[in-house]
Amino acid sequence: MNGPQDLGGRMGFGPVAPEANEPLFHAPWEARALGITLACGALGHWNLDESRHARETLGPAVYYSSSYYEIWTRALMVLLQRHGLVSAGELAAGQAEAASPHPKRLTADRVPGVLARGTPYDRPLTASPRFAPGDRVRTRNAHPRGHTRLPTYLAGHLGVIESDHGGFVLPDSNAHGLGEAPGRLYTVVFDGVEVWGHDGEPGLTISADLWEGYLENA
Amino acid sequence: MPHDHHDHDHDNHLEPMDARVRALETILTRKGLVDPAAIDTIIDTYAHRVGPQNGAAVVARAWTDPAFAEFLARDATAAVASMGYCGRQGEHVQAVFNTPLQHNVIVCTLCSCYPWSLLGLPPVWYKSPAYRSRVVIEPRAVLAEFGLVLPAGQSVRVWDSTAEMRYLVVPMRPAGTEGWAPEALAALVTRESMVGTGLPQVPA
Repeated sequence: MNGPQDLGGRMGFGPVAPEANEPLFHAPWEARALGITLACGALGHWNLDESRHARETLGPAVYYSSSYYEIWTRALMVLLQRHGLVSAGELAAGQAEAASPHPKRLTADRVPGVLARGTPYDRPLTASPRFAPGDRVRTRNAHPRGHTRLPTYLAGHLGVIESDHGGFVLPDSNAHGLGEAPGRLYTVVFDGVEVWGHDGEPGLTISADLWEGYLENA
Repeated sequence: MPHDHHDHDHDNHLEPMDARVRALETILTRKGLVDPAAIDTIIDTYAHRVGPQNGAAVVARAWTDPAFAEFLARDATAAVASMGYCGRQGEHVQAVFNTPLQHNVIVCTLCSCYPWSLLGLPPVWYKSPAYRSRVVIEPRAVLAEFGLVLPAGQSVRVWDSTAEMRYLVVPMRPAGTEGWAPEALAALVTRESMVGTGLPQVPA
């Protein structure tokens, strides 16, 4: 979706302002927000793509006025309600009746294993590749209303296939509970002038990792 | 954006968010959905075990061990796993090597994808709309805000992390470090140098 998250080339956000000796967390609640987000994800009711889509659909005003852990927390509350784990009434009241543990509740002893395994997203494919390194491709001029990982600044542009990573879970499907629908993932390289005309810095090259379904022959 | 202006952030966001997250954790704990001890362990992992020291060890080894550097270039996921670095937000890794002709910079314009297993949690600037919007159109201007001015003859390649590939920049080894042990070299490798917004420290 052409939502507030789709930031490549947007203007008006000011300087980057990196913070010297930045602390890992800027307040204790940020650490707890990280922890509860990961722990709730481990319950298995949603996947990473649905999480990302919940964040990008918070609305532009909320997205741009919230810190990243605030975005995570707000999206987590959406996901908990959508999947029937917590009610709006419970969130409003700030309390809930005690319940027995969820069968997949993440316990401290399981944390190292869960974090060390991660969630690999590569999948076997039977179809042979449509494109090979060196092929010229054009990204689709696509503007889906749902989740996608083709940024708008790269939609409809000419690029060159650099590498083939094999099959990966397709976020456009997986985010909406429509299955993993794995597709082939390529690194595609774009010349800065192709993307920005002469309004980008000279000599710039950009690459992105794009699914086969995002690409057409050029 | 909020974290770019910290004092302002304190006034407007921190205390309501503190209360909101406390209430949420209480509800989730009562309902048997989270275990506060597990949250402590997650926080401890990223505070003490998984951070940019991991990526720095990989870079220092690549500088000193040509066979490992070749392995890292060919199959970074396996190469970093051989050093024990794997897992969440590092399931699929590619290493990109700076050269005198090309400097590499990593971004995620669509969210904040970052190689957690090698660099830990991303800094606020990496997640900020300012960085994510600008580095794909004017990277040199952005790098200058980090104090990094590249030579005119070195082109810039920006890698937008739009899928589950996670990128580690391998900076060029600083001059004057001939014969240094990997442990001493790793101390020169900053987080920013592995994202492409900085260079390794120069030995004194």
